[in-house]
Amino acid sequence: MPIGGRGLGSYTAPGVNCDRCENEATVHEVTISDGQVLEVHLCEVCAQETGVVSGSPAPVEEILKKIAAGKAAEPTAACEACGTTFAQFKQAGRLGCPECYQALEKQLGPILDRAHQGAVHHVGKVPKRMMQLGGEGAGLVDRAAALAAAQSRAEQIRRLRADLARAVNAEHYEQAAQIRDRLRQLQHGAGTDSETAEGTA
Amino acid sequence: MSAPDEPNGAPADNRPERSGGKLPERLFEAGTEWLRAGGEASDVVLSSRARIARNLAGQLFVHKAAPTDLRLVLEACRDVLESIPLGARNTWLELHESPAVERSLLLERHLISSQFAKGKLGPKRRSNDWPRAVIFGLPDERSAVMVNEEDHLRLQVIRSGLALREAWAEADAIDDRIEAGLDYAFSPRLGYLTACPTNVGTGVRFSVMLHLPGLRMAGEIEKVKHAAADMSLAVRGFYGEGSEAFGDFYQLSNQTTLGKSEAQLLDELAEKILPEVIEYERQSRQRLLEKRRWQLEDTVHRAIGVLHHARLLGVDETMKLLSIVRLGVCLGVVDTIDVTALHRLMLLVQPTHLQQAAGKNLAQDGRKRERARAVRERLAAM
Repeated sequence: MPIGGRGLGSYTAPGVNCDRCENEATVHEVTISDGQVLEVHLCEVCAQETGVVSGSPAPVEEILKKIAAGKAAEPTAACEACGTTFAQFKQAGRLGCPECYQALEKQLGPILDRAHQGAVHHVGKVPKRMMQLGGEGAGLVDRAAALAAAQSRAEQIRRLRADLARAVNAEHYEQAAQIRDRLRQLQHGAGTDSETAEGTA
Repeated sequence: MSAPDEPNGAPADNRPERSGGKLPERLFEAGTEWLRAGGEASDVVLSSRARIARNLAGQLFVHKAAPTDLRLVLEACRDVLESIPLGARNTWLELHESPAVERSLLLERHLISSQFAKGKLGPKRRSNDWPRAVIFGLPDERSAVMVNEEDHLRLQVIRSGLALREAWAEADAIDDRIEAGLDYAFSPRLGYLTACPTNVGTGVRFSVMLHLPGLRMAGEIEKVKHAAADMSLAVRGFYGEGSEAFGDFYQLSNQTTLGKSEAQLLDELAEKILPEVIEYERQSRQRLLEKRRWQLEDTVHRAIGVLHHARLLGVDETMKLLSIVRLGVCLGVVDTIDVTALHRLMLLVQPTHLQQAAGKNLAQDGRKRERARAVRERLAAM
């Protein structure tokens, strides 16, 4: 999303902390405003709050104001089934129980995204008992086919993100802008499918 | 979540107490499938492995669960696993009850992971209060299931040579049979739910153990590592995660588990990167043979000379030498040594196997002496 001026899109830069809180930044924006290159690094949650990854463009001043307003409150969600918090997960590197995936869904999003190259849906084997659940089971089978198609799109997005990072690093801003536009088209396509849109960066 | 009332360590139910299993006698002498030296492309690919991670629905993951919970999981899994033939006969071993030397032996045979052997899984999980077990099929040890490792079930099938499809077919069939008796934690959106989000989805990891002395001598190993990283594949050492590659043996495996079917993951490894790596390794070996034949022969025969005559041998050095000899055998530079015998030697020189064969515990110096003696004796018999 352009943050005022000319937006150059996102790229990956592992190990950088969010400008607003202490989480690892997963959204990195480079823009040119009045001839100056401006870099913003945000985590998933802050990126959404500031509108960097939402549909509505926000002027750079507003975003910087929000960032300057201080650290966002640490998410304190805990799994109701086992009590595991996101902080505990980060420390142990393991979740407490199967329910944690649902309870900590928001915070886990960027982690799953990184670990699995942007994939957000299971494709592949399904327990037979799920297949025997009638409607739901049949739905799963249909979805497996649909997801196989979505997979190639995810792979394209991953490649484009890497290209974008390279173009930005090499300061080929025009090329970067073109790649960003192609990425948006693809991501917009994904956005029309409510199943595949959730959790994407 | 289950929250049994029994105090720690109490029997979980009224069933008669079962034994924790016994290590088969003289297991250290037996060959295993992954060292059989057969199958496709076995000049470069030592073995292929399919690993499946599964958890039981409604149970805490292992690092969070109380020992009593884990005991329940162990018993539930044991009932099902003992009814599935993993080989001609199954062996069930409870590792919280077994001595460290047994666990180390299983680790050296690639039947359990390093953290499972050491009994460390985070601050809460220590060896003695961590009910855990392994069940494997004899005589070839090609199928094994760890119970209460990082996930409740970690199933692996290993096949000699390049045989990922065969390994997956077997693992898949065993998984079906386990699933018929146990409810897995599964989400329609995220697939099989695992303790670590990096395994969620299929829960499947495919890996191959490669012998790449040609590429190492040509200084091309880094290129392979970069190519693997570009394709989201991990390169690991002889004993898996966190271990060093010794003797030019490298494990290559997929890292992503979500968003790609088992068949896609398999194809990426088996169809895309592996044929290229195998081809590059073979080309490097051929170039050595054509352009530096005398240096190659010298290196191989010097290695044999050291193995024949050394009086002290460390495990790293021995593996390096055996790796060079293996290269020589594969290229026909040596015709008096059999690859299968060489593979058995690779296992025998591991510290615990060595001590088991010697029938006594040995300090490091003693092990070096014993290793040199054992290698000498075995080579003389070839």
